[in-house]
Amino acid sequence: MTTAAYIHIPFCHHICHYCDFNKVFMKNQPVDLYIERLLEEIRMRTNTNQQPLTSIFVGGGTPTALDHVQLEQLCKGIAEILPFSSTIEYTFEANPGDLSPEKIQVLRKYGVNRLSFGVQSFNDELLQKIGRNHRGSDVYRSITDAQQAGFSNISIDLIYALPTQTLTDFEETLDKALDLDLPHYSGYSLIVEPKTVFYNLLRKGKLPLPGEETEAGMYELLMKKMKERGLNQYEISNFSKKGFESRHNIVYWNNDEYFGFGAGAHGYVNGIRYSNIGPVSKYMEAVSDMHLPTMNEHSVPAFEKMEEEMFLGLRKTKGVSISKFNKRYNEDLEDRFKEAIRDAQSKGLLKKENNHLMLTHNGKFLGNEVFQSFIGIIETN
Amino acid sequence: MNQEQRSNRQKNIRNFSIIAHIDHGKSTLADRILEKTKALTSREMKAQLLDSMDLERERGITIKLNAVQLKYLAKDGEEYTFHLIDTPGHVDFTYEVSRSLAACEGAILVVDAAQGIEAQTLANVYLALDNDLEILPVINKIDLPAADPERVRKEVEDVIGLDASEAVLASAKAGIGIEEILEQIVEKVPAPIGDPEAPLKALIFDSLYDPYRGVVAYIRIVEGMVKPGDKIRMMATGKEFEVNDIGVFTPKATSQEELSVGDVGYLTAAIKNVGDTRVGDTITSAVKPTAEALPGYRKMNPMVYCGLYPIDTARYVDLREALEKLELNDSALQFEPETSQALGFGFRCGFLGLLHMEIIQERIEREFKIDLITTAPSVIYDVHLEDGTQMTVDNPSMMPEAQAVNHVEEPYVKATIMVPNDYVGAVMELSQAKRGNFIDMQYMDDSRVNVIYEMPLAEIVYDFFDQLKSGTKGYASFDYELIGYKESQLVKMDILLNAEKVDALSFIVHKDFAYERGKIIVEKLKDLIPRQQFEVPIQAAVGQKIVARSTIKAMRKNVLAKCYGGDISRKRKLLEKQKAGKKRMKMVGSVEVPQEAFMAVLQMDDSEK
Repeated sequence: MTTAAYIHIPFCHHICHYCDFNKVFMKNQPVDLYIERLLEEIRMRTNTNQQPLTSIFVGGGTPTALDHVQLEQLCKGIAEILPFSSTIEYTFEANPGDLSPEKIQVLRKYGVNRLSFGVQSFNDELLQKIGRNHRGSDVYRSITDAQQAGFSNISIDLIYALPTQTLTDFEETLDKALDLDLPHYSGYSLIVEPKTVFYNLLRKGKLPLPGEETEAGMYELLMKKMKERGLNQYEISNFSKKGFESRHNIVYWNNDEYFGFGAGAHGYVNGIRYSNIGPVSKYMEAVSDMHLPTMNEHSVPAFEKMEEEMFLGLRKTKGVSISKFNKRYNEDLEDRFKEAIRDAQSKGLLKKENNHLMLTHNGKFLGNEVFQSFIGIIETN
Repeated sequence: MNQEQRSNRQKNIRNFSIIAHIDHGKSTLADRILEKTKALTSREMKAQLLDSMDLERERGITIKLNAVQLKYLAKDGEEYTFHLIDTPGHVDFTYEVSRSLAACEGAILVVDAAQGIEAQTLANVYLALDNDLEILPVINKIDLPAADPERVRKEVEDVIGLDASEAVLASAKAGIGIEEILEQIVEKVPAPIGDPEAPLKALIFDSLYDPYRGVVAYIRIVEGMVKPGDKIRMMATGKEFEVNDIGVFTPKATSQEELSVGDVGYLTAAIKNVGDTRVGDTITSAVKPTAEALPGYRKMNPMVYCGLYPIDTARYVDLREALEKLELNDSALQFEPETSQALGFGFRCGFLGLLHMEIIQERIEREFKIDLITTAPSVIYDVHLEDGTQMTVDNPSMMPEAQAVNHVEEPYVKATIMVPNDYVGAVMELSQAKRGNFIDMQYMDDSRVNVIYEMPLAEIVYDFFDQLKSGTKGYASFDYELIGYKESQLVKMDILLNAEKVDALSFIVHKDFAYERGKIIVEKLKDLIPRQQFEVPIQAAVGQKIVARSTIKAMRKNVLAKCYGGDISRKRKLLEKQKAGKKRMKMVGSVEVPQEAFMAVLQMDDSEK
């Protein structure tokens, strides 16, 4: 049964130049009504014998763009509808500078126990260039406030390979981030996606991205620094102290199921991957008519499940357990993916240890090269 | 129809085509004429009807000829039968143009009132004059602000030597001057002469393959007549057939009882191969044959060759079938199987020119959905070996080792470049750089010059036209004709990827340019070939000597950073896309090479030197 949930808040005060998630400017949006509809969707997609959730992640957009009254409306509703496991990981994505003491109190009150700050960089000039509204100093204030209010499980996101960013610059950001001594860090390389400011700049030749060598250097540095500070890389972009691995993240990489609630959210329930209607008004319309706001559904066939298990699972440092896979699918992993495995191994990108298949250090840099070879090869009969 | 009716009808036939430079308004004028003669209602009329294939529309070029029969009620009260014969507008198809002009008695010369005469137009006017056509100058686009009809009128007189005093001032777009043009056709274009009682002589000026009717030959009856059931003979090939159907295009194909002198229409006779209806050939009666064929027939020979290979080797048979189908409609297309170490099984194909080559490639990719690798085009070299024998080479990788070669001859063309004064310097510099020999320079009027060079065809095949356009801000127009073979100091340049020679990348280059071209191509390949998981050296070599080198760095990072908020399908799609991108590349040794790389040798413009 599905025991994880992603909840989407599509509103932002500012839109970042790299963001391609479903979001809108908050001004003049029917935020209160959206929250009502969102809670209605949660009710529709779950039922009374829903098992307690072990993970909830509220992301966006900018969930902390809600004011404390709206935040209370949302959190209260979630707590009323969804049963929580006693060990739940309940995360809110937060924009540094957005979290007033009042908002922090609301989150605490309704059981939120993890915060994930979109810090991205400590270089104010870079932050401005990528369209972030906060500054480095906001990060310290927000984190101190959160910690004082009792939040100990805090994570920050960093983005590297930003336009004009140098290795030295990233090193400074990394050092500042690590000096916060947090239990969890994510380090993502910038991916320029269509329908973003960056994409348009790139097409005009006006986005001075660092080259592939620099990007690889940054990734290398990220892994090295994290290791030095005793943070374990449990996935390609994620690092944590022992026991602080993000459960929400792990759900994806384990190919487990999760609810997706909210405009444009994606879910995976009962073997069906679905996506919700993206435009806020259309989403709300559907829910107010008591329809599920589903836009697309895809019942994942067995062969796709197996492929996904591989390209998602290999993102984890510990890789894919061969015996678990074989049991889950009643298959022989090493036979099914014989050629892909042999090819990636011969290139030094994949290795087999303790009955697990996992990426090598080099493989982490070229993960897509490995993942590609695991898709589209199983016969669809 | 009796003899008198036939002769009365013949008196009122007018056959003509339209000569114009691209963009000077040929298609629009044709549309207006169709409207005025009520050949079709405006609802039926698709914009620019004569250009029927998608590709033609996109490129604004007519590739396939058409012939439409129109009825025109003239001011003298009589009804005239017009046949408007469309001609292709590109230098690759000069011979086809000359044959369709041979089917006419007159030609409308359309000249842009702002731009004046272009080299291409001039070339076609000369073809028309060679065929003794009555030429009716039309100065088009007179409604444009930049129009200068008097200057253009003078130019027509000075440059071509035509009397332009009665040139129609027209705007096909605005519908100005159309009736005047139609009246001039009646008055000035001679009626066909020829004896309907004489043995049949019909000119084939085009043909196409129809899956239901076989080959449809486009013909002009010069003498005699033809009816369904007649036994006919193709004079060039000697093949005989029985006529199934004859008719005219109105513009729909409409069957007729007979076609007689002056008629322009179609003929079907269960002919299976367009090779049997060669453009320029004469159809005669098999029972009562004519003694002499019409003049001017020649077999079209390809000027440019390249290798076509399916990216997916399993589609070799599909590619052969595609070529066979295209050949049904295109007697100028030639192909034969060839093998490349790098690319596997494919075909060496011959084309009339570069445009013809591109059209065929695009049609294969678009209509037959076969992803292709095209090797750089090559001309045909005459190679004289040390042992006194001689061979022709149309594939650079087949060029024998230097020590076995006594000398090599390559095809030369006479290139005529028409350009405004200000750009003469640029044109001469470019022509010189392309190994051109200056022949002549003629002032057309006080602002325009005709520059004539002899130049290797290979240089034209490279990037001459593109460079000419950019060097003259698009003002130059250009035409060329083959003049024969000349000895040149040519060497074969080999390209090595990861220390392995890639035969499909070899090209022939003049000795003096070898170093420079080698340098450019290795840099170009470095940009075109994506990073691999290992470092790939690229070398350019003449014989054993490496003349240039470069390195593709190893791929350092390719991994998706995040999970897109649980959107796994999107992740999968991204991976699938990356994987599909690879499938469009060709594995050469252990290096994945994209399609464009094989054409890299063509993209060596000056800016990168």
